[in-house]
Amino acid sequence: MPKYRIKVEEIARVWGEDAESIKSGLNIFEKSVPGIDEDSATIAVEAARRAIKHAGIDASKIGAIYVGSESPPYAVKPTASIVAEAIDASPYAMASDLEFACKAGTDGMQIIAAEVLSGMIEYGMAIGSDTSQGRPGDALEYTASAGGAAFIIGKEKKEVIAEIIKTVSYVTDTPDFWRREGARYPSHGGRFTGEPAYFKHIINATQKLLEETGLKPSDFAYAVFHQPNGKFPMQVAKQLGFTEEQIKHGLLTPRIGNTYSGASMLGLAATLDVAKPGEKILVTSFGSGAGSDSFALEVKEPIEEKRYAIEAVEKMISEGKIYVDYATYLRNRGSIER
Amino acid sequence: MRDVAIIGVGLTKFGERWESGIKELMAEAGLAALEDANISSKDIDAIYGGSMTPGRFIGQEHVAALMADQLGLGNIPATRVENACASGGTALRQGYMAVASGLHDIVVVGGVEKMTDVSTGEATTALGGAGDQEWELFQGLTFPGLYALMARRHMHEYGTTEEQMAAVAVKNHENAYHNKYAQFHRRITIDDVLNSKMVADPLKLLDCSPITDGAAAIVLAPMDVAKKYNDTPILIAASEQASDTLRLADRESLTSIKAARIASQKAYEHAKVTPKDIDVAEVHDCFTIAEIIAMEDLGFFKKGEAAKAIEEGRTAINGDISVNTSGGLKGCGHPVGATGIKQAVEITWQLRGEAEGRQVAGAEIGLTHNVGGSGATAVVHILKRVN
Repeated sequence: MPKYRIKVEEIARVWGEDAESIKSGLNIFEKSVPGIDEDSATIAVEAARRAIKHAGIDASKIGAIYVGSESPPYAVKPTASIVAEAIDASPYAMASDLEFACKAGTDGMQIIAAEVLSGMIEYGMAIGSDTSQGRPGDALEYTASAGGAAFIIGKEKKEVIAEIIKTVSYVTDTPDFWRREGARYPSHGGRFTGEPAYFKHIINATQKLLEETGLKPSDFAYAVFHQPNGKFPMQVAKQLGFTEEQIKHGLLTPRIGNTYSGASMLGLAATLDVAKPGEKILVTSFGSGAGSDSFALEVKEPIEEKRYAIEAVEKMISEGKIYVDYATYLRNRGSIER
Repeated sequence: MRDVAIIGVGLTKFGERWESGIKELMAEAGLAALEDANISSKDIDAIYGGSMTPGRFIGQEHVAALMADQLGLGNIPATRVENACASGGTALRQGYMAVASGLHDIVVVGGVEKMTDVSTGEATTALGGAGDQEWELFQGLTFPGLYALMARRHMHEYGTTEEQMAAVAVKNHENAYHNKYAQFHRRITIDDVLNSKMVADPLKLLDCSPITDGAAAIVLAPMDVAKKYNDTPILIAASEQASDTLRLADRESLTSIKAARIASQKAYEHAKVTPKDIDVAEVHDCFTIAEIIAMEDLGFFKKGEAAKAIEEGRTAINGDISVNTSGGLKGCGHPVGATGIKQAVEITWQLRGEAEGRQVAGAEIGLTHNVGGSGATAVVHILKRVN
């Protein structure tokens, strides 16, 4: 998580908008801003290094790395190869970039899980990382932020901090949000991004997962939903029968913005920081275009001994923050150049 | 001229119909109307379709032929009617004239607009075409801006307050709450309106009708054969229309729509009724101030007294006169080309005693008031139950 932040008030000041109504309307207060030398590749590498440290494994055993992002620094040339080399997982590894708007990171988790289950690889790493874009003046500017998370998936029971009980996906051709080749900023369908996109896909994926596992919302200690703003995940949780208590640990957007591919994975990472063995976690991501991946996880005993190996997500979010003004934000985002 | 009756009505659910294209909306309303009239598509002689600017909203013109196509009406004459937000009411009048004159017997009139495929800014620009492009829109005026000017002048001349305007929205949302076809099923308070986002001072977001997808359809027949299709045909007792300058600044008054006064006076004369005889009215509340002005133009209240009457609840369902029982444009939604037809659909249900949950007791005579632009077109219909 970059250490830079910009407040809603600062963005609203520049555009002559009412900060209070944006804060209450979107449940967003500030968002992370990448440093001038940060991009989705550097964030992916940071997350990957922490994941290796957390897992306590030899990086050369990582047989596959998938990086999900909608803001790769190169249109052609993978981020995954940068990460693989940076953490010493290469050269004998599969490495590839994935794109599915905000859910490409959880797509990577599903692919890695399948490769581990099939015996193709011993360990694999799925990363969701973004420095997302919002056109200056667009409503997206209040939420589009930067951050990432990496998960290592393996099947050695004494190492597993959370077991994937089941994962399902739900996908349709729904053009709610997109960025065409060569376009600098994404376009979106305004209110269309809500009910027929975010809500429809998250609800259908989650209900299918509950149906296939026979689990009820009350069986989960925690739930994490994709969080394009602070309001949608609260609404979708309520519609699905989850409480505010269940989602509060994984609801980070009000304080860091929407980290896109990183959003539901960072929410899961923050939840794992507080979860105890035996507890179940539900995670449902959402990617525009559109689809959702839903996971049922059960926390396992090894989590206790590994818990303090790396900095907690909460600490990254709340400590050492540096607030920037709108001009610095534009410079860091590359929206203005000298 | 023959007497003309409404023998069938149909409506789509109004709202953000993401899952439905313009063709589905047409078919949904049209087939409902044919079914309501208990009539076959092969018995229809002509269709008039009201739609304001489908070309700018979704790139689709030629919508009357498309309606005939979607409803399987065969090779009958199909005519698109455009009169800005009064396109629907004008299409109904074209259908009325065709049947009254004896040229056609069974006529379908439809109205449709698919508005939510474009952004709010694009929709506002497209709707701006209802005004004077050179003298109003190019200078930066939008429709909320034009009605805000009318509201300011009304406040200045008659002491009308923002709270009184808000009372229109509160009433219409309450009525919409009981209408399953309405876009909004949310009760609001005066404070909700006053605290909503400013759009064009003094009009706030909740003073403005929304952007809506929807369609409406009506089947017309000569009165003398109407009973063959429907036990309760509704007589079109008057169909009148008037126009005025497109530019607001050229009008005699900012606080009255002359075209509506002329059309309604002629309608009362033709139907041989007075404003006091009207039990239920659907009026063109594109903005809350427009309903206040409509109440005065239609003669329901003296000039300058309507706002207070609305605030006192005299236009609520089963008040002195029940106004916008559907929820109006504000609560039910405003798919511009469909609105004028929807108004007559609602009055038909009221006069038949079929307005579930919002029925006006003993309603026998109803009125519709459909306005184009800021008042350059007005269409008024008076409908009667025939006992």
